[in-house]
Amino acid sequence: MANEKTLIGRRGLLAASAGFLGASVSSGRGQASNDSEGLVPPWSKEQGAPIRESSYGEPSPFEKNVVRRPRGALPTFPSAGTSDTPLQNLTGIITPNGLVYERHHAGIPPIDPAQHRLLIHGLVDRPLILTMDELTRFPSVSRLHFLECSGNSSATWTGGNPKWTVQDTHGLLSCCEWTGVLLSTLLDEVGIKPAAKWVLAEGADAAGLSRSVPIDKALDDAIVVYAQNGEKLRPEQGYPVRLFLPGYEGNMSVKWLRRLKLGEGPFQTREETSKYTDLMPDGTARQFTFIMEAKSVITFPSGGHHLKGPGFYEISGLAWTGRGRIKRVEVSTDGGTSWHEAQLQEPVLSKCLTRFRLPWTWDGGPATLQSRATDETGYIQPPRRMLTDVRGFNSYYHLNGIHPWHIDPSGGVSNVA
Amino acid sequence: MWRDALRTIIVLCIGFSASAVAAQHYGLGRAPTAAEIHAWDIDIGPDGAGLPPGHGSVAEGQKIYAERCAACHGEKGVGGLADRLAGGFGTLAMNKPVRTVGSYWPYATTVFDFVRRAMPFNAPQSLSADEVYAVSAYVLYLNGVVSESAVLDAKSLPAIRMPNRDGFTSDPRPDVPAR
Repeated sequence: MANEKTLIGRRGLLAASAGFLGASVSSGRGQASNDSEGLVPPWSKEQGAPIRESSYGEPSPFEKNVVRRPRGALPTFPSAGTSDTPLQNLTGIITPNGLVYERHHAGIPPIDPAQHRLLIHGLVDRPLILTMDELTRFPSVSRLHFLECSGNSSATWTGGNPKWTVQDTHGLLSCCEWTGVLLSTLLDEVGIKPAAKWVLAEGADAAGLSRSVPIDKALDDAIVVYAQNGEKLRPEQGYPVRLFLPGYEGNMSVKWLRRLKLGEGPFQTREETSKYTDLMPDGTARQFTFIMEAKSVITFPSGGHHLKGPGFYEISGLAWTGRGRIKRVEVSTDGGTSWHEAQLQEPVLSKCLTRFRLPWTWDGGPATLQSRATDETGYIQPPRRMLTDVRGFNSYYHLNGIHPWHIDPSGGVSNVA
Repeated sequence: MWRDALRTIIVLCIGFSASAVAAQHYGLGRAPTAAEIHAWDIDIGPDGAGLPPGHGSVAEGQKIYAERCAACHGEKGVGGLADRLAGGFGTLAMNKPVRTVGSYWPYATTVFDFVRRAMPFNAPQSLSADEVYAVSAYVLYLNGVVSESAVLDAKSLPAIRMPNRDGFTSDPRPDVPAR
């Protein structure tokens, strides 16, 4: 565009166009522009940029701040870190691929799909090794599901920080259309021996990250995924293949999947013993806490937003549950004294983000906004206090409490610490 | 004649679609070789299943640990930038619990499994079986779980009973009162 401007300029281009189109353009307009006061923006009066033949499309440069960010300081070991999805900037339920949150234990391996193999063995009749080309020839499914890190919101167990945005507090949450082969299809192919009750899923990263999955889950809705939102998995999401366990804590959806081994019992890997276990006040720890329970959060207005004076706003947020569908979301604007039923965006899908909305007129006074989700099992998202009463403050994972935002009379929105 | 032909076509169609639905075997992929499985099958079960031949002593492990592990984990498993490996006994119910191999991990076999698959951080899967036995022995020694003279192998490692073996419960959720 800059080149065209330099070479031709706006008037020159107009003259050239008029010349090209001939008499059909020039009749009946006279000399005076209809925009003598400059009310029509310049981009309506000149040709835009040409298509970019070889590049992958990018957001507008005005959206350059809508990016994944780590919360707090970078980790001691850079390949073992997280980055959060900017939920405060997103609409609807789909997370764009470049903004899906990250959690790596040993960095992102640069896997060549032509060399990658998936091995299925253990208590099976016919052990199998698949190339990625072979995997994609199996009957496929595409399903919309959320993915949430078990540690999402963990920093808010003890309250949080007024400066935190929803990206900081809830950004280890994303939602995509995942495409792949049902794990049940592959397990039918290899034949499961009756004694097989658990499946070890192992990644090809330098952590060889591994988790044990109950056979019932493997046969229910587990997917061996190779694509997200219409394109092949991003490297940071497990390219060329990952496991996906709808509704389960994110780390079990093992990325860069290289091996599935069927066994009689759980394999007691490091991640499922010393890491993703939930310490209780009595010093015991809950193990195999797979499901992400019903949870919701308001994404607009949320921490860091600034309301420009009293008037109409649409409160909007996300709700989800690992136990199926969201049945209801209620919103309070007075700190939980009264609740209003929000509208749910259709379709409401199982183990998927559900967008909710509530019209609201801000009177300019201080307000505390919060949402409360109920899922189809009847489970109601609890206040954080109800969770800490049972679990104390050391369990770290699986915090699904109600999350309030405070609006001050100047319009500033902050995390309630 | 026409009817017979039509019937035959219908029967064939039904037969074809039924077999397409019933087919569970797509014939894609191939059987892995024994060598392929051997190279990739690195997990160790809590009963010791999968442990390779070999052995390693606490003394051997101390040397390897000093060269390959101490820079991140601290000289005696304490005070490094990476996870603390030793001590923390009796802290799990306190305000600041210290979760280490000794205070928290329920199975000694997991130490072998994890060291072999993911450590050292700058060179995973580079240690020999003897070296992994030795490093495991040393880390367990730092926690007082095995004696200074211990030698670990496929028989002795899974026989170790970790201090927090009974410290884990199953998932009781939903765990908040119904409203």
